[in-house]
Amino acid sequence: MKVLVPIKRVVDYNVKVRPKSDGSDADLANLKMSINPFCEIAVEEAVRLREKGAVTEIVAVSIGMQQSQEQLRTALALGADRAILISTDLAVEPLAIAKCLKALMDSEKPDIVLLGKQAIDGDNNQTGQMLGAFTGYAQGTFASELTLEDGRAVVKREVDGGLQTVSLELPAIVTSDLRLNEPRYASLPNIMKAKRKPLDTMTPEELGVDVSPRTQLINVRLPAERVAGIIVEDVATLVDKLKNEAKVIS
Amino acid sequence: MGLDFDSARLPNPYLTAEHEEWRTHIRRFFDREVIPFADDWDEAGMIPEALWLKSAAIGILGLGYPEEYGGVQEGIDIWHKNILNEELARIAVGGVSATLMVHGIALPPLIKYASEAISQTVVPPVLAGEKRISLAVTEPEAGSDVAQLQTKARQEGDHYVVNGSKTYITGGMNANWFTTAVRTADAGASGVSALLIPADLPGVSRTSLNRKQGWWCSDTATIYFDNVRVPKANLVGEENCGFRVIMSNFNSERLAMSAAMESSARVCLEDAVAWARNRKTFGKRLADHQVIRHKIAEMKQRINATHAYLQVVSAEIFEGRESAADIALLKVQCSQTMEYCAREAMQILGGIGYMRGSRIERIYREVRVNAIGGGSEEIMRDLAARQLGL
Ligand SMILES: Cc1cc2nc3c(=O)[nH]c(=O)nc-3n(C[C@H](O)[C@H](O)[C@H](O)COP(=O)(O)OP(=O)(O)OC[C@H]3O[C@@H](n4cnc5c(N)ncnc54)[C@H](O)[C@@H]3O)c2cc1C
Repeated sequence: MKVLVPIKRVVDYNVKVRPKSDGSDADLANLKMSINPFCEIAVEEAVRLREKGAVTEIVAVSIGMQQSQEQLRTALALGADRAILISTDLAVEPLAIAKCLKALMDSEKPDIVLLGKQAIDGDNNQTGQMLGAFTGYAQGTFASELTLEDGRAVVKREVDGGLQTVSLELPAIVTSDLRLNEPRYASLPNIMKAKRKPLDTMTPEELGVDVSPRTQLINVRLPAERVAGIIVEDVATLVDKLKNEAKVIS
Repeated sequence: MGLDFDSARLPNPYLTAEHEEWRTHIRRFFDREVIPFADDWDEAGMIPEALWLKSAAIGILGLGYPEEYGGVQEGIDIWHKNILNEELARIAVGGVSATLMVHGIALPPLIKYASEAISQTVVPPVLAGEKRISLAVTEPEAGSDVAQLQTKARQEGDHYVVNGSKTYITGGMNANWFTTAVRTADAGASGVSALLIPADLPGVSRTSLNRKQGWWCSDTATIYFDNVRVPKANLVGEENCGFRVIMSNFNSERLAMSAAMESSARVCLEDAVAWARNRKTFGKRLADHQVIRHKIAEMKQRINATHAYLQVVSAEIFEGRESAADIALLKVQCSQTMEYCAREAMQILGGIGYMRGSRIERIYREVRVNAIGGGSEEIMRDLAARQLGL
């Protein structure tokens, strides 16, 4: 059984991001970049499935600029068998990513595509669902547990009301939630071995996908700073202030 | 460039994505598995057994050692080692790396000079975190002056009979073996041999030196040898050539200590700055008082100079041009910078800095062992002056 794990290069979750001074975008110059944490959880899950003998091959793929190779190497160090970079300098959106993945699936024919539920840069939470729509395959999003039994993927989903279990026919699309697992530390031997694992590069054009952005980023700025609150004397004052100052009740 | 631990580090053109990857994973490991507990371990005077096994599993113990013994050497360079030492120091509990990494001074002589049989027996279990080894050179009557050591190894058939004692031995209470410097002939340095002594041989005993200024979680011991019969096969290198064996180790130990000390200074900077930005006195932030601003600027200035020197010396090693004089002077530069930054950081923190449980308080009490161990500041300068032909 083959698992395809798409991963994204994002600003490290420990870094505080600031807008560029002209407000045109977030300032990413010289920031530490990492594999998106949800993608890392997806890689870890694939590796665990292989360790259980349920999976035989793990292919990591990233769509983005050349430097995404670094994150693909991380995936290889964590246990992926080979990697593919779909290289583009454009700012790729979920729709474009889903189209690339669909095209790649046509040749790779994975049994499961295991994605992060969202990337911590744009927090879009769309790619997995879009891929489900393009392929028509079953999808189990927000997975906190994934088991493979009798040729089906059983996914425990984190939904608003609690947990929902779905049983999916393969091939299937699964997106990982935070509690699916805690990724391992890549060991030094595996980091060194990852350098020798195959990493192929192709372009969106080769896949026949147009990845030009369909949205335009107008302006990026920090949210207004919160001013300190006050403590009111009694309920009557509170109601008065909500009514007449904040004007949130009438 | 900034004032926190990472942004205060000077850029290093030698670092590749793999180096950063290594840093990312060990940092995550330390952040999750060590830093939250390290202060408690220090207070308790021990580190848990499991830490050796976990550290072995992710490659910390085997970094730079030959693959045949379970290490990782191919593709490893000085920068991987510096990064590890930097991240170990960021834990800011010096005893953790002092004990966990003590094989770093005890194993290389075996790998270089001992018989293959000895290396095969000792190195793999140590790198796997299952067994321990310490380096035993210092004696009650011989510290800086290694050539004065008195522990005698007398030949008797195919054995040496060892009598004497060693002191301040890091990891000594729990070591399975000691890489020991012994006297096999009269004359000073040319009568010294290196001998691997298993700790379970009859006649070996030890007492704990557990009341130290710092390095609390690291076990330190005095070792006594009372007619200990050690097979001659345990000789490390030729008889009477032990001085070179012991000395050959020092450069890498000093560089490792230097990288850790520079890192400790940066921890001090980070914590002092964070405090100065928040704490208010006389109506403004500490960071707005000129005296405090200058302290912080001077810490950064000294760290920059130290870090630049560290990089130059490391680059020389990277290119295969190791200079003992520079390594010695770098070690002094680093201990003085660590000392200065620990002092100024604690001064900026004020009373809270004096309370146990903070990184500054721990680093402050670990300054001296760095300025004394591995070659004291005085001895380092003396060595450099000699090497430089003075
Ligand atoms: C916590 C700790 C752990 C240690 N771990 C180990 C270990 O694992 N293995 C091991 O073998 N040793 C270990 N040591 C010992 C350490 O290497 C020695 O303490 C060090 O070499 C200094 O020797 P000494 O203490 O005998 O001081 P001395 O040599 O007696 O020196 C005392 C002072 O005089 C100065 N001095 C000496 N000679 C001269 C000179 N010619 N000119 C000017 N000044 C001079 C020194 O710089 C020092 O300041 C450890 C020490 C400590 C504190």
